[in-house]
Amino acid sequence: MIDFAFFADTFRQLLGGMPLTLALTGIATVAGLILALVLAAMRLSSNRFFDWPARFYIFCFRGSPLLVQIFLIYYGLSQFPELRRSILWPYLRDPFWCASLALSLNTAAYASEVFRGGFLSVPKGMVEAARACGMSRSLTFRHIIAPLALRQALPAYGNEIILIVKASSLASTVTLMEVTGIAAGIIAETYRPIEVFICAAAIYLTVNFIVTRAVQAAEYVITPERRS
Amino acid sequence: MQAHIPSIMEIIGFGPRGWGLALLLATGVTFAVALSGFALGAVFGIMGARAKLSRRRWARTSADVYTTVLRGLPDLLIIYLFYFGGSVLLTSIARFFGSSQFLGLPAFLTGTLALGIVAGAYQTEVLRGAYLAVSTGQAEAAKSLGLSRWHTFRLVLAPQILRFALPGLGNIWQLVLKDSALISVTGLVELIRQAQIGAGSTREPFLFYVVAAALYLVITSASSSAFRLAETRSYRGVARR
Repeated sequence: MIDFAFFADTFRQLLGGMPLTLALTGIATVAGLILALVLAAMRLSSNRFFDWPARFYIFCFRGSPLLVQIFLIYYGLSQFPELRRSILWPYLRDPFWCASLALSLNTAAYASEVFRGGFLSVPKGMVEAARACGMSRSLTFRHIIAPLALRQALPAYGNEIILIVKASSLASTVTLMEVTGIAAGIIAETYRPIEVFICAAAIYLTVNFIVTRAVQAAEYVITPERRS
Repeated sequence: MQAHIPSIMEIIGFGPRGWGLALLLATGVTFAVALSGFALGAVFGIMGARAKLSRRRWARTSADVYTTVLRGLPDLLIIYLFYFGGSVLLTSIARFFGSSQFLGLPAFLTGTLALGIVAGAYQTEVLRGAYLAVSTGQAEAAKSLGLSRWHTFRLVLAPQILRFALPGLGNIWQLVLKDSALISVTGLVELIRQAQIGAGSTREPFLFYVVAAALYLVITSASSSAFRLAETRSYRGVARR
């Protein structure tokens, strides 16, 4: 017998965690994107003082679990009295900003490799042709390199956004009650894991479906030549 | 008298007050749970890939649902499902047999199941792609040489599928390894849980999480070299363009 009242109640409670899930995802996507572009530029630089630190950063953040990064920022940093006295402390004490920071730093490492691949995929001949036509470096970048790189990187970057949505669930380990955190709470209270899981799954799949569609729409907009 | 403040090396070392041995054992648990999850994932992956390539519509549809749902949900949510779901199931079975005891699945088993079912969804896609990359001419040639279906698969198709699948499988292995950190929420004393315990009792959270992160980096970089080696080996005897 399906208990519709329980489903409706669970669903309502879980939706209460949506603003937090979306806020974490949104902040991490935007901050991660900016940092990823900086890292990709550093990796593509021929100067090894830029390349090596970026390599090391990517190695560390891709090689260790996000959970350890969150714990390191949330629990680890509070150990230093210098930090506790600094002006950053109000932010680093707050689990929301710690989780946002960890998510952003983590996703930047993955996304920078996506963008690096995008930039490397731009054919050299195109750049040379643009320069030969007399386009300046910045004009070549804006009109030739950036659009082509973006087209190449967008599908993989879309996957990265879905990974951020999923990763935002780890914020529940530092006391933030987003969708997964609330779901775990309800399960522990009611001991009805299947029903609660179905509700939470429906929410996440809807969000991811919307993200996928949005990325597809963006792809449609930036690739006019592929439309038939 | 001034209290003795242990140095960093004393805390993470192997002395009587050191956490070194505990951390190394926990690293072993992390490796073991990731490995068994990955192996279970291979079973699900093979079944999923077979279903996706099947002529039967219901098999293809159910495999599609499996990969879409399991790849779209947070792994933490799936771990909670198995953790609580397993204990609800076990307790109700025990109640059926007249016991009023509360039971839970062993944490290692919960972890293996949760990691395996997630890894299986990813492995389905990798194995399906690798199967499709092997040209149909290979199977036809083997058949015309008189090889049985099983021999065709074992001697001709499987080695080539594995060769094409290795890079993707390497990525999934890294994913499973890092996901295994989430099993710490069920109380399994793997690397993260051990670091939490150490951090709590010494009040040195930064040190313990840095050491845990470093140990993860050691495993992930060692396994990426191992996969690179396996990849080169899988191409022996093949002319590379």
